Amino acid sequence: MQGTTTDEYQTNSPQEVEAAAEHEEHEDYRMFGVVLFLIAESFIFLGMFVAFVIYRSVVPVWPPEGTPELELLLPGINTIILVSSSFVMHRGQSAIKNNDTSGLRVWFAITAVMGAIFLAGQLYEYSNLEFGLTTNLFTSSFFVLTGFHGLHVTVGLLLIFFVLIRSQQPGHYSSESYFGVEASELYWHFVDVVWVILFGLVYLL
Amino acid sequence: MAAVNFVTTILWLRAPGMSLFRMPVFVWTVLSAQLLQLVFLPSLTGAAIMLFCDLTLGTNFFNEQGDPVLYQHLFWFYSHPTVYVWALPAFGVFSEVIPAFSRNPLFGYRSVALASFGIAVLSSFVWVHHLFASGTPEWMRMLFMFSTELIAVPTGIKVFAWTATVWKSKLHLETPMLFALGGVVMFLFGGITGVMLGAVPFDLHVNNTHFVVGHFHYLVFNTITMAIFAGIYFWFPKMTGRMYAEGWGKIHFWLTFLGANLTFFPMFPLGLQGMVRRVSSYAPEYAGWNVIASLGGFLLGVSTLPFIANMVVSWLQGSKASDNPWHATGLEWCTSSPPPQDNFEETPQVDTPPLQLRHTQDVLAHNRAIVSFLKAVKTDRKNAIFRG
Ligand SMILES: [Cu+2]
Repeated sequence: MQGTTTDEYQTNSPQEVEAAAEHEEHEDYRMFGVVLFLIAESFIFLGMFVAFVIYRSVVPVWPPEGTPELELLLPGINTIILVSSSFVMHRGQSAIKNNDTSGLRVWFAITAVMGAIFLAGQLYEYSNLEFGLTTNLFTSSFFVLTGFHGLHVTVGLLLIFFVLIRSQQPGHYSSESYFGVEASELYWHFVDVVWVILFGLVYLL
Repeated sequence: MAAVNFVTTILWLRAPGMSLFRMPVFVWTVLSAQLLQLVFLPSLTGAAIMLFCDLTLGTNFFNEQGDPVLYQHLFWFYSHPTVYVWALPAFGVFSEVIPAFSRNPLFGYRSVALASFGIAVLSSFVWVHHLFASGTPEWMRMLFMFSTELIAVPTGIKVFAWTATVWKSKLHLETPMLFALGGVVMFLFGGITGVMLGAVPFDLHVNNTHFVVGHFHYLVFNTITMAIFAGIYFWFPKMTGRMYAEGWGKIHFWLTFLGANLTFFPMFPLGLQGMVRRVSSYAPEYAGWNVIASLGGFLLGVSTLPFIANMVVSWLQGSKASDNPWHATGLEWCTSSPPPQDNFEETPQVDTPPLQLRHTQDVLAHNRAIVSFLKAVKTDRKNAIFRG
């Protein structure tokens, strides 16, 4: 309550001032909310993965006859890029914990570039496939799973861009307050983990 | 998003001293319902995305290449728990209203709180009972019949607790209580027909008939909507600071109660006689019950008129409500009607379990104590501020 002038008490009733003060008092639980959100999100993927596994086990020949083999080299490289981008991004959070805003910007920018390469690689893979969305059950699953994941990578990229834009205001992120950094990083890790599972299910199994 | 908000708030932002087992049952039920929403709604999202791709982009998930029954699974995996997303808060309202108007603490508070959670957990493992007639293998049907019937246990605990709360108490039959009691009575019909439907042989017999429709409406209208009305009348004075018109409330209740039973009860005998659902016309021998149901439907429509009028007029010019018109024990009744911004002028301390106060006198004394405590703290603080 220090630092507020008596004038303010005359414009606001004491209750309002107290209420406002109280509102500030509680701790920041936004990260908990982000975790809950990601749990919910993971259930969308879970539903699709389960559907995929069921198809796999029910259909007599899997992938259905006549499905061209998937190339493993490009998606393999893509996987390595995406997984390592998670570590790169984590350096960004370490930087902001030391109040190093330029470090945060550099590491996040590198992450964004790696994410963009991943997306570009995916699109390139799509364009070189000998099957389409509607060819058969496997190809449908392939496109919807990878596409839905790609959508999440895009959202992750947007989050990183927002952090980069906001970090231009001096003092927006500091070692005390870096919710945006933390949340976007957790989201990115989540997208990463989903990809690893997806890669194992669709490409390797 | 709402689920994220509710769960975070309930788990982390309780008033000091408000341990989980001091929370009102209503909050328990909301927590359980929102956890369900958080976990199960996404599976419907996933199914909807796949269905959308099937219909507009020509993918093959649920056509003859894929598996149409898988869609039913994904759909009901969410849609059975969602029934409890509606029903649990309704049970919560009953658990608040019935003790308040019986002037008795809720019987077996802990069991009722845990039963809410138990219903949420159990309801995650029953969805296949909607697919008994979809070529589901025998072992699966047996398994899900068993889990479905298990739900009767925690719900039974609740009904028992409500009955025991009312038992030998001094009943005050104001509108919220009428709606709560009416809702619980009709919930018995809805619940018991649910147990019947949970049994595979019976379900196969009445599958796709009006019996299922009757069961559904006894729960969704005759239980949940009644609870919503009970809740609206119960908290109306707190929300608006004005009393509603009691007489019109009672008229609303009796019209609704009568209309609801006239509309939905005929569906049970009709279903047993074999009238199928989702049809625009029916064989002449079903006419009798159908005419009753139609008349009931109109009565139900008319019954909302006194409600709407009552709400509007009372909100504008009802008599002023006191802070605790029902002598209820929840924290919300310790603050003014309507509450100030941020609900309390000072964050209240909670030091008693909920609904544990035996007699009206205790309740009043307790509330007075809290109110004077709050006032003391407030003047203290004001003095401190102005001194500083
Ligand atoms: Cu069900």
